[in-house]
Amino acid sequence: MKPFTIHTGIVATLNRANIDTDAIIPKQFLKSIERTGYGPNAFFDWRYTSAGEPNPDFELNQKRFEGRSILVTGNNFGCGSSREHAVWALVQDGYRAIIAPAKEMGEKSLPAFADIFRINAAKNGLLVIELSEDQVDKLLGLIETHKGLKATIDLVEQKIVLGTDPAHTFEFDIEPGTKERLLNGMDDIAQTLRYEKDITRFEESHDPLGS
Amino acid sequence: MGKTLFEKIWTKHKVRELPDGSTLLYIDRHLVHEVTSPQAFEGMRIAGHAIRAPHLAFATMDHNVPTTEERLNIDDPVSKNQVDALRKNCHDFGVKLFDIGDDHQGIVHVIGPEMGITLPGLTIVCGDSHTSTHGAFGALAFGIGTSEVEHVLVTQTLVQRKPGTYKMAFEGRPGPHVFSKDMVLKMIGAIGTAGGAGSVLEFCGEAVRALSMEARMTMCNMSIEAGARAGMIAPDDTTIDYITSKERPYAPRGENLDRAVAYWRTLPSDTDAEFDRSLTIDAARIAPQVTWGTNPGMVIDIDQPVPEPGSTEGYSRSDVDNALAYMGLKPGTKMTDVPVDVVFIGSCTNSRIEDLRQAAAILDGRKKADQVDLLVVPGSHQIRLQAEAEGLDKIFKAAGAQWRYAGCSMCLAMNPDQLQPRQRAAATSNRNFEGRQGKDGRTHLVSPEMAAAAAVAGKFVDIRQWLNT
Ligand code: SF4
Repeated sequence: MKPFTIHTGIVATLNRANIDTDAIIPKQFLKSIERTGYGPNAFFDWRYTSAGEPNPDFELNQKRFEGRSILVTGNNFGCGSSREHAVWALVQDGYRAIIAPAKEMGEKSLPAFADIFRINAAKNGLLVIELSEDQVDKLLGLIETHKGLKATIDLVEQKIVLGTDPAHTFEFDIEPGTKERLLNGMDDIAQTLRYEKDITRFEESHDPLGS
Repeated sequence: MGKTLFEKIWTKHKVRELPDGSTLLYIDRHLVHEVTSPQAFEGMRIAGHAIRAPHLAFATMDHNVPTTEERLNIDDPVSKNQVDALRKNCHDFGVKLFDIGDDHQGIVHVIGPEMGITLPGLTIVCGDSHTSTHGAFGALAFGIGTSEVEHVLVTQTLVQRKPGTYKMAFEGRPGPHVFSKDMVLKMIGAIGTAGGAGSVLEFCGEAVRALSMEARMTMCNMSIEAGARAGMIAPDDTTIDYITSKERPYAPRGENLDRAVAYWRTLPSDTDAEFDRSLTIDAARIAPQVTWGTNPGMVIDIDQPVPEPGSTEGYSRSDVDNALAYMGLKPGTKMTDVPVDVVFIGSCTNSRIEDLRQAAAILDGRKKADQVDLLVVPGSHQIRLQAEAEGLDKIFKAAGAQWRYAGCSMCLAMNPDQLQPRQRAAATSNRNFEGRQGKDGRTHLVSPEMAAAAAVAGKFVDIRQWLNT
């Protein structure tokens, strides 16, 4: 897995809530038995016309987002199917980070990313950043008024610095375990195999049908 | 303080805590299908990893499988390649496979319970979000991605953060023609498609206790549509009857069964257990549900009109505008005036014998409307055989339905069963996302009775009144 430490890239926006993994990578591409080749098919049904041409009405096809590697999007991104193909498609389409807002609902807030998507992202070095609704609104406004805006995401410092003048900075939270894994590009299976003795000991006494 | 059902199973399966505060959790059963597993097996080959517990993994083919005779000879070379890959992987790694043509083949979430692979108190995972279905038995069951599939194959564990608990009580009894499908759609409408995020739902209350296992599976199946990590229902007599009343090849027997039952009786949440969140829903006030938009939370009572943009809590004006444009619906339209082109009765949500019986009861002595295509797809080959033994297939065929072989079919359009652009479907499945049943296809989620009635009427109907007319 490619480690994530610091990344600078153009920020693009796809301002819709509840973007599901069927929309990120439609089912016809799930027949592949490979781990690669999904990038050009990310957001397929929105991205291309029925004639197979780039759809000029799709936000991410705008010229000003060419070469983008950071995506700002809506709440509950990656909901629905557990398909890791969605994360592979985004990574292979050049995204290194996705930013989305938590949604405030009275006292509680709904997380920016669906659970399984968030886990799949971490396994593939894709950084997902949850900000507040206000922060994302501000970010969207700045992207709107600054064509080709770049941002630098520093995972060590947990900061997003926008290439505006003056620079705007957004701080973000991340689970320490996920942060460490991303920074080191760690292989989770190798990590777990360090505890193989614990697993064996557990199996010796585990009775799935008894208390 | 008492413990919840979830906490009891979580604690029992904790291998150890990890330095970052997460838990290494032991996995008792791993279900595998052709779509989300090939890259995991390939990863193992590349890394030289062995499978740790092949006897705890069970595989089948469901997503790609044609539901006609073509299934034994798949035309699409890409689908065939994926199906062949699973055969080879199961062979090479020693995993039990219920292949196409096997008497036990079917949708992965249908065959697990049917064969007694799914049992109370277990941890169950599958590279598929609707693994939540198995929670109906009081198991902790959740969907995982392909990297996690590989992690389970190699280590029989997963690294997990402890989710929160969310008690979902359905009090009172639903009226006639209101099913667990309507109950769970109502709930998703109330809390939203992210309302359960980070939580394990425990469904309880009088209306849940009264449900059959089939109906409980429908309910837990759709927990993921509320964004929940899992959904669970405490095991009780209904659960134990289901497991013991039929020959289920992987269920415990004799002394093992007695010991297991004693354990299962300890699983229900203690009366003084505390949940992180809770919600009570009055089941008596739930009407038959129908979705109008492009996610399962965009749902209304059948006797309500399509909502106006700006009037729906939790959705912005543009969310509603986009959804209505995609669905080809105008605000204010009565759902009972909306025609359907296709009716799909099937999927891991509603393809079990009880669902087929409900649909057959509506279709018995009636005919589908001429312009409607009606597809009835049993969830497993066992269900197909049972339905035929009960004569349900004859009712379906007489009503003009296509009676198919088991598979995911039109739930996700990875196989030949697909909607054409702008075709409108009444479907008993679980997702009405854009393109889910075919590019530009329009899906409305309903119960099996409502789907069957829509096939006859050629449009959505309020089943409660329609049956009296
Ligand atoms: S029936 Fe549909 S939801 Fe269920 S496993 Fe198959 S594709 Fe997934």
